Amino acid sequence: MTVVPDAACHCDDSFLSQVESVASTYRGKPEDLVLALHDVQALRNYLPREALRVVARVLDIPESRVYGVATFYSMFSTTPRGRHIIRICESAPCHVMGASEVIDSLLDQLGVEMGGTTADGRFTVEATSCLGVCGVAPALMIDDEVYGNLVPGDLLEILKRYK
Amino acid sequence: MEFYRSHVLVCGGSPCVAAGCRAVRDEIERSVREQGLDREVRIIETGCLGPCDTGPIVVVYPEGTVYSHVTTGAAREIVSEHLVKGRPVKRLQYAGELPAVSTADEKRTDYFQIQKRIVLDNVGIIDPESIEEYIARDGYLAAGTALTGLRPEDVIDTIKRSGLRGRGGAAFPTGVKLSYTARAEADQKYIICNADEGEPGTFKDRLILEGDPHKVIEGMVIMGYAVGATRGYIYIRGEYYVSIDRIERAINQARWLGLLGTNLFGSGFDFDIEVKKGAGAYVCGEETALIESMEGKRGEPRQKPPYPGTSGLWGKPTVVNNVETIANIPPIILHGADWYRSFGTSTSPGTKVFTLTGNVNNKGLIEVPMGITLREVIYGVGGGIPGGRSFKLAQTGGTAGGCVAEAHLDIPMDYENMQSAGSALGSGALLIIDDSHCIVDVACSLLHFFEHESCGQCTPCREGTARLVQIFGKLREFRASQAELDLAMELARVMQGSSLCALGQSVIVPLGTIMEHFQGEIQAHLHGCCSAGKCPPSGAASASAS
Repeated sequence: MTVVPDAACHCDDSFLSQVESVASTYRGKPEDLVLALHDVQALRNYLPREALRVVARVLDIPESRVYGVATFYSMFSTTPRGRHIIRICESAPCHVMGASEVIDSLLDQLGVEMGGTTADGRFTVEATSCLGVCGVAPALMIDDEVYGNLVPGDLLEILKRYK
Repeated sequence: MEFYRSHVLVCGGSPCVAAGCRAVRDEIERSVREQGLDREVRIIETGCLGPCDTGPIVVVYPEGTVYSHVTTGAAREIVSEHLVKGRPVKRLQYAGELPAVSTADEKRTDYFQIQKRIVLDNVGIIDPESIEEYIARDGYLAAGTALTGLRPEDVIDTIKRSGLRGRGGAAFPTGVKLSYTARAEADQKYIICNADEGEPGTFKDRLILEGDPHKVIEGMVIMGYAVGATRGYIYIRGEYYVSIDRIERAINQARWLGLLGTNLFGSGFDFDIEVKKGAGAYVCGEETALIESMEGKRGEPRQKPPYPGTSGLWGKPTVVNNVETIANIPPIILHGADWYRSFGTSTSPGTKVFTLTGNVNNKGLIEVPMGITLREVIYGVGGGIPGGRSFKLAQTGGTAGGCVAEAHLDIPMDYENMQSAGSALGSGALLIIDDSHCIVDVACSLLHFFEHESCGQCTPCREGTARLVQIFGKLREFRASQAELDLAMELARVMQGSSLCALGQSVIVPLGTIMEHFQGEIQAHLHGCCSAGKCPPSGAASASAS
């Protein structure tokens, strides 16, 4: 398998040894791959290929399987993302409460497409299925914070809180 | 019975009194009277709500909006903005979470009188982070009774006789499921609590776990004892940060008191629980996909049979049950099967937790006896449709559930009746949609969800969902033909018969009911007409969006 070098990842030795030490918590427990990837991703907000290789080695799992898992789940990203992840719900309960207007306004204010990252590296916007706060639809989540009952006018003030 | 559309709870604990809550309460009462809302809004002083350092605290139901550091000026603003205009004053909102706010005590408010709370009886009343409060409300009494006084087969027999059926959507009789695993011979068996709640419009499991985590733990202990499993796992959505934190805390407390671990209640029975975190995949709510994910793999469903009951996690007999199902077990053991059967209908005993969302005045979490009608829920508990609009449809059971029209509002909501109406109780999601919405637009949203969440393993689902999105996208732009619509329905039927799991199999449910109940509106789109005015003609879509 040809590995395309990840130019955005300054995967120097110190980063990779960090990855190794995080992954080592799960050494001998290949079933905890998902948990290991959560922890490794927390270092840089995404999973560089080089990091996946380290995880594969430490957990003694084929790299292909690690890559398969990393690309299966929507919370994981194998491409660089911004400092803050905005997950915005577009499922039916949010849709009928006006999510489209909020989504359009959000993308417009940030100047990105869905899935894109702002030029200053501050935000990545991802479409998500239900966030489980449908009583306050439409909703979005920034990192681990949920915002509900949104109207387009709310966004500016919310975004201002994130540097 | 009087109905109030809003309830304002003012914390009357001593620290809040010291902070001036009485003046705040008086101010709210005065403003509410001035605005003429005194028949619509009820003001109640409660005991301590928790975070006293942020008092005075005011909670506005049904939204459960928590205001902190409320001054008399802020109180006036809450009345004029939130209660009059329906706009919560974000600036004044409490930044943290207040568990007592997800629901309220049924005895205290009229809003909860239609409800019968078995699963939620502690939620909003006890401090979910205190095992002592849970124990004070007969917590772990059922587990103690079972482990020290009942044989495993007696436990299963009681659950069988209670008629409890799986609350995750499949409605399989829980007692029967337990008996399969109990009979299986194995050196290790597992109990898995499915908390991978991803069905759009559903957030009950989250609020059960966050509001009363020990009830889930206790239910798992009892199930483990019944089938001879010593290990339990709670598989929970990665996005549910608060739930994960709260359940982990509860597990540690239970271990500390010896309610998890070895030799529980001196019975010689060992049981412990571990939390496993998901990472964002709707399909992992399917039990075999969930097991795959727990084994550290892509969450792709397995071919069934074998079923998890005999061959589940690591190939061992495994019981997988939904959070709500498990939370029903302690009360059933404690009060008996006959008591449980006194609620609901004969074929669907007990209660159901629903989450009410969309175009309805009171959104949120409710628990009602099985067999209640949709009309009672929407116009009773839900307070009707806002903004002077009328009811158009309700989608029951989540995105994979059916859409019911006005004519079905009086059908009793239980498993059998919902099925005969072409829908399902499913996860308990009730999405109410008013007449300002276009059925094709709604269908597009639902299909988009299926396409997004199809795991890609089997061809009918992966390709079928994409083609359906395409055809309905064309219909939305008035470019589809009758032949294409016929093809879409045929495709959905093929997916039903040939997809590996319920995701692809159930697309026909919403689609079929939409086609059946809204034939006229669908046909109109073939002729370039959208009566709701939501669907733009081809080419205008991007222009109107910007």
